Amino acid sequence: MIKGKGSRKNKMKSSEKQPGAGTRFYTFAEPPDALVLESGRTLGPITVAYETYGTLNEDRSNAVLVCHAFSGNAHVAGSLRPEDKHPGWWDGMVGPGKGIDTDKYFVLCANVIGGCGGSTGPSSVHPQTGKPYGLDFPVVTVRDMVEAQRRLIDHLGIPKLLSVVGGSMGGMQVLQWVASHPDRIRSAIPIATTLKHSPLQIALDEVGRQAVMADPAWRKGEYYGQGQPEKGLALARMIGHITYMSDKSMEQKFSRNLKDDVYSFSFREDFEVEGYLRYRGDSFVKRFDANSYLYITKAMDYFDLSGDRLFLNGGTVDIRFLVIAFESDWLYPSYQSREIVHLLKTRGVEATYCEIKSTYGHDAFLIEIGEEARLIRPFLQKTMEQAS
Amino acid sequence: MRLDHQIIYDLIAPGSRVLDLGCGDGALLAALQQGKRVKGQGVELDESCIYLCVEKGVSVFHGDIGSGLSGYPDRSFDYVILNQSLQEVRNVRLLLEESLRVGNRVIVGFPNFAHYTARFTLMFRGHTPVTPSLPYDWSDTPNVRFMSISDFNQLCRRAGFRILSRHDLGARRPVRFLPNLFALTSLFVLTRPE
Repeated sequence: MIKGKGSRKNKMKSSEKQPGAGTRFYTFAEPPDALVLESGRTLGPITVAYETYGTLNEDRSNAVLVCHAFSGNAHVAGSLRPEDKHPGWWDGMVGPGKGIDTDKYFVLCANVIGGCGGSTGPSSVHPQTGKPYGLDFPVVTVRDMVEAQRRLIDHLGIPKLLSVVGGSMGGMQVLQWVASHPDRIRSAIPIATTLKHSPLQIALDEVGRQAVMADPAWRKGEYYGQGQPEKGLALARMIGHITYMSDKSMEQKFSRNLKDDVYSFSFREDFEVEGYLRYRGDSFVKRFDANSYLYITKAMDYFDLSGDRLFLNGGTVDIRFLVIAFESDWLYPSYQSREIVHLLKTRGVEATYCEIKSTYGHDAFLIEIGEEARLIRPFLQKTMEQAS
Repeated sequence: MRLDHQIIYDLIAPGSRVLDLGCGDGALLAALQQGKRVKGQGVELDESCIYLCVEKGVSVFHGDIGSGLSGYPDRSFDYVILNQSLQEVRNVRLLLEESLRVGNRVIVGFPNFAHYTARFTLMFRGHTPVTPSLPYDWSDTPNVRFMSISDFNQLCRRAGFRILSRHDLGARRPVRFLPNLFALTSLFVLTRPE
């Protein structure tokens, strides 16, 4: 879980030798030029882990930034190594000939700061103490995450992104790009997301955080080297997974199916759904840092671009929008996407909105790839035509 | 191009801002964007049509046409098109008033319920009419409002909508003689009362 800066540097050297996909690292905000965060606190140096796919064209106009959701990372597509079991969290969407076509576009995805996928977060080493930050890590917001991405885009010499795409928390980053740097993007594709976290969403996040913090192994965030608060983190993830599904998708996937044919009349796992949640919880703790769970959920809870905050100058923007929601998503219900659309209408912004029929709940944005691609592919194509 | 689409196409000035309520597969807006460089926006309830619109490069909102208007400031559009969608709406007058609020001109196209074939069916066969412009069986129709050209004229007069022009259409060409009897559909161009 803990990755020292040294190991990152080694990784960077080896990855830069590889052609094509592979995680790379960009470090900036070295003190005294540390990044001033939305909270007023500073963070630096900051390392951002990112991956790129495809080729940047001559006039640098074909770059598409994909923003990952809560537990995602920079590995959006392709297999780094042939033995890789996980092909990337949006592999069906990003690749040659796919919805976001890497033959046409230069696709990049960066791990958010505060995360644990290679970017600076609470599990990173604090340069002043030589130990992991833990709770000394400053609280970051979605705005701070986007600021780090903007520094990366500058570093890569991209004047204007063709599009910023993302679902769930990735969609919040998309909207934050519109608010923070409207002059740096041509189009925005927020999927299954919201202008602001609702009390329901905050409440669910808080239950997850309390599950982590109630685990004695959490040790006020100073568990590094002693093992994660696995029970608490797994419980938080189990709750999360319930919110990603729908009543219908759970019925279709599990019904009341039993693991064995008979009830155990004990508190062992009788039902398949119990086994599924436990499996999801257990596998999550192997790849995700408990403190990152706290920091990132807090970032989402602070997210609020309602009112006049999306278009800061009160005016309008020259950005095309494609807003996508899913019918059975009760975690980020379609009314929240329609609120985005409503705001766009009041400002006369060119926009398309589609509520895709799906039973998969919030998970649909990772599953209903075919429908999403039918919207995203021509949308990007037209944005590209307008750009040139 | 469909005859009604051709008439609407000809009515719209180049470079206009156009809102098409019930835009279907986006064919009309795509033609207007291509040929007249309009800034188009569609609203459509049918999800399968949303994909067809986006494929054509037409911006579209997925939703019912009533909700399509809320949020737009007054006079956001030069034209609001309500072609073959008004008969599927319950609160006709409110939708027209809202359309006239957000658009300078509203183009309304609807099937004429008083076409002679409809009258004939009702009079001599005693059945709910099924005509080329009203092709649905009574038990399975999306239409909830049935109006004639005379009815719509009357509504405009009562509501104070100004009729700028009217285009009565048969299957292949405009109808000039006794349109309320012989036109299958009609297109009205409305504007706000002065």
